[in-house]
Amino acid sequence: MYRYDEFDARFVRERVAQFRDQVARRLDGSLTEDEFKPLRLKNGVYLQLHAYMLRIAIPYGTLSARQLRQLALIGEKYDRGYGHFTTRTNMQFNWPRLRDVPEILDLLADVEMHCIQTSGNCIRNVTADHFAGVAADEVEDPRPTAELIRQWSSLHPEFDYLPRKFKIAVTGSPQDRAVTKAHDIGLRILRNAKGEIGYEVMVGGGLGRTPMIAKTIRAFLPKAELLAYLEAVLRVYNLEGRRDNKYKARVKILVHEIGAEKFTQLVEDEYARLDGPSIVADPQEVARIAAYFAPPAYEKLPLRSTGFDAAKTQNRAFATWASVNLFPHKLTGYAAATISLKNIGEAPGDVTSAQMRVLADLAEKYSFDELRITHAQNVVLPHVKQDDLFAVWQALVAADLASANAGLITDIIACPGLDYCSLATARSIPIAQALAQRFADQERQIEIGELNIKISGCINACAHHHVGHIGILGLEKSGKESYQITLGGDATLNAAIGERLGPGLDAEDVPDTIERIVEVYLQHRKAGEPFIDAVRRLGLEPFKAVVQETLHAPA
Amino acid sequence: MPLLDRNGAKKDVWIISDDGSADADHILVSVAHLKQALSGNGRGRRIGVAIANTVKLAELEPHLSEIDLVSIAFPSHGDGRGFSIAKQLRHAGFKGTLRASGPLIADQFAFALACGFDEIEVSSAHAARQPIEQWLKAASSISQTYQRGFGAHNILDARRAARATGK
Amino acid sequence: MTAAKRPPLPVILLANDLLDGEVVFWTGRVWSDRPQEALIARDEAGAALLEAAAAEALAQNKVVDAYLVDVALDGEGRAVPRHYREKIKTEGPSVRRDLGKQAGQSNLVPTGH
Repeated sequence: MYRYDEFDARFVRERVAQFRDQVARRLDGSLTEDEFKPLRLKNGVYLQLHAYMLRIAIPYGTLSARQLRQLALIGEKYDRGYGHFTTRTNMQFNWPRLRDVPEILDLLADVEMHCIQTSGNCIRNVTADHFAGVAADEVEDPRPTAELIRQWSSLHPEFDYLPRKFKIAVTGSPQDRAVTKAHDIGLRILRNAKGEIGYEVMVGGGLGRTPMIAKTIRAFLPKAELLAYLEAVLRVYNLEGRRDNKYKARVKILVHEIGAEKFTQLVEDEYARLDGPSIVADPQEVARIAAYFAPPAYEKLPLRSTGFDAAKTQNRAFATWASVNLFPHKLTGYAAATISLKNIGEAPGDVTSAQMRVLADLAEKYSFDELRITHAQNVVLPHVKQDDLFAVWQALVAADLASANAGLITDIIACPGLDYCSLATARSIPIAQALAQRFADQERQIEIGELNIKISGCINACAHHHVGHIGILGLEKSGKESYQITLGGDATLNAAIGERLGPGLDAEDVPDTIERIVEVYLQHRKAGEPFIDAVRRLGLEPFKAVVQETLHAPA
Repeated sequence: MPLLDRNGAKKDVWIISDDGSADADHILVSVAHLKQALSGNGRGRRIGVAIANTVKLAELEPHLSEIDLVSIAFPSHGDGRGFSIAKQLRHAGFKGTLRASGPLIADQFAFALACGFDEIEVSSAHAARQPIEQWLKAASSISQTYQRGFGAHNILDARRAARATGK
Repeated sequence: MTAAKRPPLPVILLANDLLDGEVVFWTGRVWSDRPQEALIARDEAGAALLEAAAAEALAQNKVVDAYLVDVALDGEGRAVPRHYREKIKTEGPSVRRDLGKQAGQSNLVPTGH
């Protein structure tokens, strides 16, 4: 994991002092609310429905045990004993007081964390593949790149007042687990014909009101040129992005309106003009960062663990969990374990301070002191010995963290929705809870197989409903909550935007409708055919019919 | 209107004269009248140009060596286009004074300086709410940032220097 | 806020406390964290008074996001917001009945006022 040096540490402390001063100047009237709002947002402070909300950056989703324990402490001391993991792999607290935020920021700085740029019209927390350093298909670990961008984008003097927010994601694998094509910039690490490492640069993806898939503007950017090229992209966006309408201000609209070709030309012209070598990081600096992500001290283990095999034979629940929640590790004898925060009937992504401490202990004891937060709002222990999996699972059972549903229909992504969020037009969590209860049966979940449901409580699409196999969007219709269903979205390398199945539904009709959609799939699927493949083959028509049935069913 | 730079309050010697007709030593003209003002400038007057933040670099580039000041308008504190224009002008070799004009806040002063601005012109109401001391304090609240090419004090160069001395 | 943009009567005035974030209601005298203490304006003149109170509190940097909310009166004469959003805002999360005003919690630090 990356560790702060003296420069990083001073930077974050100065930032805390700066925010403390900004709060004081807001109170004494030096700053108006209009002026203060972007400043607090860039420190992760939102004003939500019931209270302020604090969004803490978890860069590229990587956390240590010590950091997670500090989050547990903050949750208890300044909040209501729980936190919420978001789809940008950050943590949100729902109840802090503004007056306490500077103290909280100091506590975060104690463990090398911050809230910088977790909101606002600036470059946001950089995300990466949650199986970075674990996946066998990886060309290169994306985390050093993400860390380099994190530092470069922090308080960038030129890019702190962009037309709109700007999200960057990095993947190091051909199998995209970071939804890079739904980002303002997606970077895919690859090798060219000469075997050199570089990036495919994709720009203009994004969800929200106008979902778009990113376009490739550079098929291969040499690794050393990254920061200079990013500067060119951001400058073009800062100068040319629309500022007349906040819903048309993302870079995706600019790329769409002027065309990818013209946008590429503007970037390349700007790139030709700037002095790249004076901007990019030294190779030594890149190597310094990369060294923090060197593989941990793995043991040499046999391919199969007899203890693991025996435990699976003896304990059916463990065997189920192991078959659903484990991801193959590139090293023999290890596995990456997904810890689901999707217990049936609970709010997706919520975790109590007590559970955070259990997770921290497990990471320390069994996973080289490392945890990952996924964009699916789950936690990963990235490097667990197969021999230890049963002990890990037992501890998870005791902490109510052993749901065996990673990637299944009840592993629902949901934003906080109108239960907390002031932007929401409808609630999301109750829909997620009702669906999870409907599909709670473990064997049926496994029978249905991989199926992502994503529920957003407004058009901003924080839960990425557009790229859910089944997407649900909560809106307001005639003073009531109404839910639109989309089908066929895909967040992977075959990224696709889901299509609407019909008019909005009442909340109580959503579970029946989803169940009918699933039944259509089960009836028509070929052997081993996943839901998303079946939807692609069958088209929308058979599924549209069931929504019509719901609408016309007698009340 | 109040003017300040990295040292504090500053007297404004520039006279706004869109068409360049004013009889003064320092005149600030519009882009439309820039060529005319420069070509008729037999008297050794200093010429500055006031631009909107939508002006393209190419419009100014041919004249940069003859202009003493570029004043870039910031229509609101949330509109950061002026930062990129300043950066482009400096990169294109502009050596004169760069002025930001508009409702920027003290907390943006450091960014403005890092992008190449020398001075900020704000409204009187603004200056009353955010006195000079706040601007100077805000300018130095973060001692080093991460970007190279935005001022001498950056962390990447400091790390490089530390490597060179073997620390 | 002009009269034309006002929500239908009766209305109450709510906001968030600037320092603590808690949802607060104008009682006609102070800002209270208890919805049952909200002053109910039943006519245009009353609504105008609430708007004046909002403008003053915003100017004094006491509260943020102050606005009028249209309410219905329950059997005991208490104001209940008509819209589901404002109802959740005055109660707390519908998925956590143990949290927020509905559970008797408040973030307001009394000395702040």
